[in-house]
Amino acid sequence: MKSLTRSIPMVVTLLACAFLFIPIMQSVLAGLTVNYFRGLSSGLTLKWVGQVWQLYSSSIFLSIWLALACLVVTLILGVPAAYALARNPGRASRILEELISLPLAIPGLAIALALLQLYGSYHGFRTHWSFILIGHVLYTLPFMVRSTLSVLATIDLTTLEEGAASLGAGPLRRFFDIVVPNALPGILAGALTVVTLSIGEFNLTWMLHTPYLKTLPVGLADSYASMRLEVASAYTLVFFVIIVPLLMAMQWASARAQRNMQ
Amino acid sequence: MPDFGWGAVPSRPSLSDRPLPDTLVSGDVAVKQRQFLSLCLLPLVIFTLAFLAIPIARLFLASGESADGWAIYLRILQTPRYLSALMQTVVVSLAVTAAALVISTTAGLYLVRNQFPGRNVLLSTLTLPLAFPGVVVGFLIILLGGRQGLVNQILPGYWVFAYSVTGLFLGYLYFSIPRVLLTVMAAAEKIDPTLEEAAKTLGAPSWRIVTDILLPALSPALIAAGAIAFATAMGAFGTAFTLATDIDVLPMVIYTEFTLSANIAMASALSVVLGLVTWVLLLIARSLSGETIAAGG
Repeated sequence: MKSLTRSIPMVVTLLACAFLFIPIMQSVLAGLTVNYFRGLSSGLTLKWVGQVWQLYSSSIFLSIWLALACLVVTLILGVPAAYALARNPGRASRILEELISLPLAIPGLAIALALLQLYGSYHGFRTHWSFILIGHVLYTLPFMVRSTLSVLATIDLTTLEEGAASLGAGPLRRFFDIVVPNALPGILAGALTVVTLSIGEFNLTWMLHTPYLKTLPVGLADSYASMRLEVASAYTLVFFVIIVPLLMAMQWASARAQRNMQ
Repeated sequence: MPDFGWGAVPSRPSLSDRPLPDTLVSGDVAVKQRQFLSLCLLPLVIFTLAFLAIPIARLFLASGESADGWAIYLRILQTPRYLSALMQTVVVSLAVTAAALVISTTAGLYLVRNQFPGRNVLLSTLTLPLAFPGVVVGFLIILLGGRQGLVNQILPGYWVFAYSVTGLFLGYLYFSIPRVLLTVMAAAEKIDPTLEEAAKTLGAPSWRIVTDILLPALSPALIAAGAIAFATAMGAFGTAFTLATDIDVLPMVIYTEFTLSANIAMASALSVVLGLVTWVLLLIARSLSGETIAAGG
């Protein structure tokens, strides 16, 4: 009886792993088998992956492009802002931090509706890829700011900067020569988070996209609704191949940034 | 107001030992520095105003622009379809939160307190879904419990649950487990192991160690993680979209009001309600867990 209660946590852990892992394996196998319903005995093939490439490669490239653009914009907007917030940790800074974090608390659908109502009638903007980019930046910006800010908050910026200023370094020089190098672990962790989240973003993108601008997750939703199971699975497999290494790099960078802070 | 910790962090000696010239603190340099900091903040402020604050204000105003005016919020409560969607969303989200808390706390404590070969593989597996969008999670649930799903193939009889409330529950559970797990594990690693040893020495049974030591120590993390799980489930759209379930959750109702019925005012009003509920909840949870952390030292 005692050993039974002691093994419950292990059993729960293993069951949770199985619940998360089995469908992933199913999806990978289904994307590589000739006929999913006849099972593995029908043989393995890359035919479906090839078909996905023909049908959806543009959505994959659009997602990578958007993720990189999103990274550039969040770097430009987020890193200097995190520095300013770290130098002025007052009430106004808290409110601003709270405001930019709203897209983490409010469902993407609501944010997308808000954007559509204000800017939806500007046709040239509405149908341009930068409209989707706005949504991605809104969603990922808080991660860049927080990640950078958390590293900067542990550094004695005032002393470092005063030292540099006494040697004649101007504000811009101090920003690039002192702030950025010191914040680098946080910026790196933030950057990987931004790219990972942007490639996987669906809730906002589904509302903001147009038929000619399909991102990877939008294409996935499309294939789930209209393609045979093997093609949908192969497409999911392609998504996993892109997202899983990014996720691991992101977790590694975040752990490294936190270790640096201690 | 959290302490950003200037005082707590040991200053780096190399530069601070130099005496500072007087010109630095006074006049020109200080003004220049302040201007530079404002300049650093400006792009973010403009972007946030243009694409977040003003659109949200517009969304709120749009919700009052129908024939009903502001009474539209009253109509949500009077229309059975909206009210039942709201209730169903809350019930499913509560159930998912409870299940995710139980499963992830059990697994998280087990992984923190045991070192064994393969532990990191288990941990990686449990955090994988963090980067999966809701649509992918919905597809994975279909592979598990759809018409051609694994369960239906293995078990005799008809086992299709992906398109029902069970499928929705499992889908939400799928993406909630990793989020709760990471929060719980981070908190569990900080628990002083000597407390538990002391309780053991005094002869406490293992369930008393859980109820008297572990759960109280974890409660701030559990509140925070529970709030995140609940808010995520309330706003989840992709999973419900892929599963096309027979029950209406609020995000799906908003979506159909907007795209099919073109009922902009109602879609906006429901979005405002949904956004307010999730935002206020996270705010309360954070202040609750924050205070407990502060009280605990």
